[in-house]
Amino acid sequence: MTNLAEAPRHTPEPDTRLVADRVRVYPRAVHGPVRRFKWAVLWVCLSVYYLLPWLRWNRGPGRPDQAFLLDLAHERLYLPGFEFWPQEIYFLTGVMVSAAIGLFLVTSVVGRVWCGYSCPQTVWTDLFLWFERVIEGDRNARMKRDARPLDWDKAWRKVLKHGIWLGVAFWTGGAWIMYFVDAPTVTVEFWTGRASTEVYFFTFLFTATTYLLAGWAREQVCTYMCPWPRFQAAMLDDETFTVTYQHGRGEPRGKTHIGQSWAGRGDCVDCKACVHVCPTGIDIRDGQQLECINCGLCVDACNDVMTKLNRPLWLINWDNLARQAARSEGRAPGKLHLLRPRTLLYLSVLLIGAVAMSTALAMRADIGLSVQRDRAPLFVRLADGAIRNAYTVAVTNKEPAAETMELDLEGLDGASLAVAESGEKPAQRLVLTADPDTETNFRVLVQAPAAASASQKVNFILRDRRSGETVQRASVFLGPGAADRR
Amino acid sequence: MPTKIEKDALSGRETTGHDWDGIRELNTPLPKWWLYVLYATVVWAIALVILYPAIPLWWTHTAGMLGYTTRAALDIEIKDAQARQAPLLDKIAQLSPAEIRKDPNLLPVALVHGRTVFASNCTPCHGTAGSGRPGYPNLADDVWLWGGTLDAIQQTITHGVRSGDPQTRDSQMPNFGADKILTEEQIGQVADYVWALWRGTKPAADSPAAALFSDNCAMCHGAAGEGNRDVGAPPLAAATHLYGSDRATIIRQITKPRHGVMPAWGARLDTATIKSLTLYVHSLGGGE
Repeated sequence: MTNLAEAPRHTPEPDTRLVADRVRVYPRAVHGPVRRFKWAVLWVCLSVYYLLPWLRWNRGPGRPDQAFLLDLAHERLYLPGFEFWPQEIYFLTGVMVSAAIGLFLVTSVVGRVWCGYSCPQTVWTDLFLWFERVIEGDRNARMKRDARPLDWDKAWRKVLKHGIWLGVAFWTGGAWIMYFVDAPTVTVEFWTGRASTEVYFFTFLFTATTYLLAGWAREQVCTYMCPWPRFQAAMLDDETFTVTYQHGRGEPRGKTHIGQSWAGRGDCVDCKACVHVCPTGIDIRDGQQLECINCGLCVDACNDVMTKLNRPLWLINWDNLARQAARSEGRAPGKLHLLRPRTLLYLSVLLIGAVAMSTALAMRADIGLSVQRDRAPLFVRLADGAIRNAYTVAVTNKEPAAETMELDLEGLDGASLAVAESGEKPAQRLVLTADPDTETNFRVLVQAPAAASASQKVNFILRDRRSGETVQRASVFLGPGAADRR
Repeated sequence: MPTKIEKDALSGRETTGHDWDGIRELNTPLPKWWLYVLYATVVWAIALVILYPAIPLWWTHTAGMLGYTTRAALDIEIKDAQARQAPLLDKIAQLSPAEIRKDPNLLPVALVHGRTVFASNCTPCHGTAGSGRPGYPNLADDVWLWGGTLDAIQQTITHGVRSGDPQTRDSQMPNFGADKILTEEQIGQVADYVWALWRGTKPAADSPAAALFSDNCAMCHGAAGEGNRDVGAPPLAAATHLYGSDRATIIRQITKPRHGVMPAWGARLDTATIKSLTLYVHSLGGGE
């Protein structure tokens, strides 16, 4: 029997290829606190994703009772207790920006925990890997079977695995569309063939992407497709906690035998357990690298080995570069610096954003007013010398019933208002009926005696008669000014 | 060919073998599937070239197997839109403008239709949204030559002004100066009188100018300069004037009046369109 380790090594030919075969990763199962935590996060994420559309929320008659619904067809976003209109898209922008800053903050404190635990790519890949492990066995069994030519055992296991993957992917794609259409309704419609083409198309699309990305692409998504690993290094510094190999303690590494002394050598026994459990197939002992998603499964794997060897745990641990450097120089690791300029900056931006968003949310009115002055003609001179401006006034009524609103104008002496084509006499106050749950447009003619100023600041004030709520919008009233006064 | 492939000491990886003034690059081969994705996009592109218009030739271009053109696609969209509009426009054609105005479903359609037709047919003279310009009436104010009711507007649009149409609006103001009806001095007096009229300073009733005005102008323009819509005589006492409000313009208009012409649109536009235009013009602000 030849000992492979002692066989003469050939110097490999230089590899000049610009494309290479994908190195298939066969992550080994691992047990421990990190893995348990990762499972917990996985189940929470999946439960939220699959179950959220089924949560009901009573909004009264004529409105959907789904708690979370982005109703694209009717241009409404429903959240529990809130209804957003397309013109309030800035709330979504605010949430997105806050999420990004929050991601920066978390990354600068504890590294890429998003990648390791809650990114959908990680969650679904983990889930798919679990099915793969149940059907095809652990790392060694899978590697052996894949190296074998096709036989019955290999065939049925592969077919079963891909079948289950497709099933999960379909469930995922199906749950996705439930965020856009009423979940119970679309479920019935889907299976009775009455759902819209879009529903079938997007279900199919997200089934396909889930199956391909979580089943086939896996770590390739993180390494080659995702932009985040490429620039997340900008958020990391010496104080950031990441999964790291304690270089000073582990090296020099080497195999060990029972009874051998630990003097003069490192704790790493080069068992490669950390490499075998890694879902992206890297060696954490090479230091921080692009492919590392910071999931910490290698921590569990290494602790397992250290326990068996009766050595101290945490050879691979969450640690930062500053503390490691101190240790390797024989100094005591310094204090933790959770609050440093970088994290304070992210935190303050996050807080400012949160305060601004909550204030805007709290001050959100159920009625809305937008005033657009006609630009042609700028103004009209009437037979008696008075000046008239026209405005397109859009009145938003978010209530489910028609509301009577009063429109007043402030800042213009002797002004009177009339809705064009209403046939009513100009009056100081307009009474408008705003249609339910929509925006109603009125062309409002404002006339006033010619004034010395060519441009006067005016304020339109809209008041809901029932609720007493008011909103106002500033505009201007233009005229010929003093030069052309009567 | 790369010649100096070597192992990078720090990373332990091969370099590409290229050397740019001492700068070398690590060889980081892409996975093969990445290349296959590139090939797939090439296949996709070839399919597009075969199916759709793609390659420009000298005078024309390859048509593609699907026979797609943006112009044909637009034609279909226009036909679809017309088919959707047809029932509404039929209804507009049947009802009178006053009836359409009371119909909350039809009125917005008529106003939008009227606005688009106005923009392409009326704007050249009357300006955007009927803002007017010297010689071309402002349609948004409350001064009308021939009337601002729905019926009057419809009549004017259909038959025009001095258009040659048998039922056209027509009238003529005498050439007071050119035909020597009034002397230059008298014209000046009348101009001053008219100027005072619209400025709101009441002119003396027994002045020679007042006598000249009542003898020559009041028959059409009214004793107080209030105008007469039967003959399209503008109200001179109003604050806005067709050709301008300054003294020189008034003198010029009395000496040798200009007369505006508007085509009869009845021969050019269909009934529904005329009615839509009528409602749109009425809605600009001066409707009566």
